[in-house]
Amino acid sequence: MSSPSRWEVFWRTVIGRAYPRIIGMQRERSWVFFDTLLPLLQVSAFVFIYRAIQAPPEFTGFVVLGGAMTAYWLNVLWSMATQFYWEKETGNLELYIIAPTSLMAILLGMAIGGIVGTTVRAAAVIAIGLLIFHVEVSIVSLPQLLGVFLLTLVALYGLGMLFSSLFLRYGRQASHLSNLLQEPIFLVSGFYFPVRALGFVAALGASVIPVTLGLDAMRQLLFPTMMAQFRFLDVRIELGALVVLSVVFLWSAKRALGHMEDLARRDGRLTIRGQ
Amino acid sequence: MSVMRRQRAGESIRSLRMAAWLGWQIESNWAAPFLFAIYSIAKPVAGALILVLMYTVIAPGGLQNRLFPQIFVGNAFYIYVAMVLMGVSQAVIEDREHYGMLKYIYVAPLNIYTYLLGRGAAQVAMATVAVFIMLLFGIIALGIPLSPASINWGILFAAWLFGLAGVAFGGIFLGGISLITARHNFYIGEATAGALYLLCGAVFPIDVLPRSLQLLSQALPLTYWLEALRRALLGGGASELLSGLSDGVLLLILAGSVVLLAVISVVFYRWAENWAREKGLIDMQSMY
Repeated sequence: MSSPSRWEVFWRTVIGRAYPRIIGMQRERSWVFFDTLLPLLQVSAFVFIYRAIQAPPEFTGFVVLGGAMTAYWLNVLWSMATQFYWEKETGNLELYIIAPTSLMAILLGMAIGGIVGTTVRAAAVIAIGLLIFHVEVSIVSLPQLLGVFLLTLVALYGLGMLFSSLFLRYGRQASHLSNLLQEPIFLVSGFYFPVRALGFVAALGASVIPVTLGLDAMRQLLFPTMMAQFRFLDVRIELGALVVLSVVFLWSAKRALGHMEDLARRDGRLTIRGQ
Repeated sequence: MSVMRRQRAGESIRSLRMAAWLGWQIESNWAAPFLFAIYSIAKPVAGALILVLMYTVIAPGGLQNRLFPQIFVGNAFYIYVAMVLMGVSQAVIEDREHYGMLKYIYVAPLNIYTYLLGRGAAQVAMATVAVFIMLLFGIIALGIPLSPASINWGILFAAWLFGLAGVAFGGIFLGGISLITARHNFYIGEATAGALYLLCGAVFPIDVLPRSLQLLSQALPLTYWLEALRRALLGGGASELLSGLSDGVLLLILAGSVVLLAVISVVFYRWAENWAREKGLIDMQSMY
């Protein structure tokens, strides 16, 4: 019997790691409920703030879209960045490292499983948000919108893959780091307001987080009239920047994983629990 | 009899003190003090800055809008709700599942209620620092009209105390739910804090809510708590709906509703505890 090729092993690993994430969601449906409810509560609070100050109705749309994208950011933080740390604590990381497969494949599987699961939640937030708050959108270009959305996810989960190696080095601080990267990122990436409000330079700095550019571009493509006065960069520039971020993050993630594997073999610290 | 009572009181105080110390160590010993200080401040300040940006972008008059100080104060004090509610309720799940200590806590000579309140006390201390820094930031950087001379300290202290008691008993109620559930513990605190953030008008006047949610809002102690705090600090509340209530009536409603919540929480926790003992849930390890 011939042994499977490297690519075959790679893709089997991807499917194998994505499977429990997708199936797990089916087995614990209450999580879908909570994962939809929590962003919706936040979205509703921000919508009522805008209503209290008589903001134009498009701002409700900004908030609903931002609220849906929080699901991806939280998924990247809690199910990608901190994942290897949890795996270390439960004893799975050493199995990953000695398994005859690539850690990139394991991370990719986690990312794909996470994207599928999170898309269900994000879609629910958007659908319910649009329905409850009667948001009207006028799509400028569907292909561009889909392109921006997909590139944002690639860059975002690339960042998550990079974080998963970096966070592993922080041990117990990993969960606190994830906690810390919530509200400040909601602020600098403009989840609930157009990022241009931060000023051009600050928005440029925040563009290292892919959601910043993704949200701005998607808002331009969904609410063109209102975004004419609030846009940060041209959509085509943002698309290009997202491509660059995707490549840089994926490449960096591969390098960081290699370094982490090297450490694991050299001094064995990465399999010690409770650090 | 009085010796026993004194012993119990001593036990309760000891439980409270040790739990507060334990809670503080769990929350803070993972990082150097400087990093921990940044961590404790960055989150609430970032949350407040989101509101600042929202007002700057669109509100008539920007930060000079008459609602802004009300919203800023509501958001600052809401830090207590999020931290204490989650802190107390998650103490149960952390001790049971993460540290595996809940069963030892139950066999030790301590008072479980004061133990849980003690775990919340560490959160209160951290929240107090965060609220203080937020208010200071608001006064210095955002021009929130707050000065010691204009504050009604009596109402502020009474409202603060009642509100904290309400949040702590809310935490005990959620702790009871955590005791008898397996996989939803981390969501329970967050979902409750999220729902209350929306319903009690922390960041907008409850007048803008739909009528059904307004009624729900008026049934919550936290709505009156935030309104009383705003009146004490800023000289006026945010809501037209509550403007007919005098300060005294507002505090009376707050006190009454907190007492009611305390009774419900303790009764419910006791029931949940008995249920957990019957079903062997005190030392459950669900691996979540």
